[in-house]
Amino acid sequence: MVLIFGIPLQALLGQLLVGLINGSFYAMLSLGLAVIFGLLRIINFAHGALYMLGAFVGYLLLVYFSIGFWPSLILAPLAVGLFGIIIERVALSRLYDLDHLYGLLFTFGLALVIEGTFRYYFGASGQPYAMPALLSSGTNLGFMFLPNYRVFIVVASLVVCIATWFLIEKTRLGAYLRAATENPTLVRVFGINVPLLLTVTYGLGAALAGLAGILAAPIYQVSPLMGTNIVIVVFAVVVVGGMGSIGGAIIMGYMLGIFEGLTKVFYPEASNIVIFVIMAIVLLIRPAGLFGKIT
Amino acid sequence: MSEGRNLLSVRGLNAWYGGGHALHGVDLDVHKGETVTLIGRNGVGKTTTLRAIMGIIAKRTGEVRFDGQDLMTVPLHRIAHRGIGFVPEERGIFATLTVEENLFLPPLIAKGGISIDEIYELFPNLKERRASAGIQLSGGEQQMLAIARILRSGVKLLLLDEPTEGLAPVIVQRIGEILRTVKARGMTVLLVEQNFQFAAKVADRFYLMDQGLVVESFPTSELLARQAKLNEFLGV
Ligand SMILES: Nc1ncnc2c1ncn2[C@@H]1O[C@H](COP(=O)(O)OP(=O)(O)O)[C@@H](O)[C@H]1O
Ligand SMILES: [Mg+2]
Repeated sequence: MVLIFGIPLQALLGQLLVGLINGSFYAMLSLGLAVIFGLLRIINFAHGALYMLGAFVGYLLLVYFSIGFWPSLILAPLAVGLFGIIIERVALSRLYDLDHLYGLLFTFGLALVIEGTFRYYFGASGQPYAMPALLSSGTNLGFMFLPNYRVFIVVASLVVCIATWFLIEKTRLGAYLRAATENPTLVRVFGINVPLLLTVTYGLGAALAGLAGILAAPIYQVSPLMGTNIVIVVFAVVVVGGMGSIGGAIIMGYMLGIFEGLTKVFYPEASNIVIFVIMAIVLLIRPAGLFGKIT
Repeated sequence: MSEGRNLLSVRGLNAWYGGGHALHGVDLDVHKGETVTLIGRNGVGKTTTLRAIMGIIAKRTGEVRFDGQDLMTVPLHRIAHRGIGFVPEERGIFATLTVEENLFLPPLIAKGGISIDEIYELFPNLKERRASAGIQLSGGEQQMLAIARILRSGVKLLLLDEPTEGLAPVIVQRIGEILRTVKARGMTVLLVEQNFQFAAKVADRFYLMDQGLVVESFPTSELLARQAKLNEFLGV
């Protein structure tokens, strides 16, 4: 058996893969948070609940309408994005002129309401969601077994993150978003409908969370609390990457996921807190985050 | 003064910052194709007048008409589409956008704007630096970019706030040439300017502001005769 630092190679690679999978979710979720924070200046505490909604949309579509994973991969983000648009129009848009604390408090309350509602109807325990048949097998690499669905998650997450990065950094719409982040009034003066941009941005961030949710359904259980568990870690990722930094959120999402996985191999006792320890250290040394600009 | 020639007409414009009353009933007109200059001491409300015309200041009363149509009820992001472009005093270059992204930011609102090729001919520096971030430009280049991106959008009326402030003489001269080119193409300009010599070369008429009001109006031909009195008034 091959050993690295006294650890079997298989265990190491296994945890690396787990870390990469977790990192894929961290990246997608922190990306949405960063996009929302960058433009709306709202710390979206409902992000975990939106992620959970994405998984539940897939689950409910399957149970009540026999609609499987692949259509849900489109429908779940659409539904959650639409929900986000309604939330932004009805509530968040009324809070922009107030202290940012109100946005945080509102989304925190919203998360509690959504999660409480689902807990009431579905209980706290998870519901299984079957892996799509197309991806249910795996590949034997000789030194380890590689489940196809996990590879799919990593690839899907990379594609989504790169596409979102491209949209924001390289397109006209992205230029509007970045400009509105700097000076929303002047962007409006130029004739661009900034309130609509804000709505679209929140919808996009929500859709990203919904997509992460439906992708998570087959490997984690579909549970009302799945969002609560992950959102705290995702906030730490965003803080480490730098609030509002798109690239920082993506890179730190993957890196911290992998870091967490490796900690499970070398010092399992610390694996649950390693990300928060890193966050504390980063906050002490670079309060604006590793990729953030100090303003 | 026939209504038909009037592109912009402002009557009794009042504006407030929080509790502070900054404009006390400004009246002014800008005719089609004219360049009109607003002068006055620091703090009399020149910038506020432009901001209130654009609707950036929400707390305002009075009448603002553009091409005969009321602007007071038009939402901020629809004003530009009526044909008004604004170049703010602080220039408003987006630091995280490239020069080219800054140039293409204001949407095209009408045909007859200056094409990107012509823009790059008028502003060769911008062409050279089109991939640079906005934050890397010099003050002169920032002002050129702030003007260029509005010219590209095809507006009929340009509100220009102290374009020469703090710039080197060669650049001031260049901005003067650009304003004359713009005028030759039939664009209308409402200019705020402290630099008389510069303004005299581009303006048809002047409005003098004091304490939130327009107190005098005269054609450029009378500028010389009034110079001594104006200097005293403006404390220069
Ligand atoms: N953002 C602001 N908040 C509060 N008061 C302001 C603001 N901007 C300008 N003022 C005040 O409004 C008055 C007019 O200012 P301004 O229009 O900028 O003058 P000018 O452009 O002629 O120098 C001044 O008394 C100034 O102090
Ligand atoms: Mg001013």
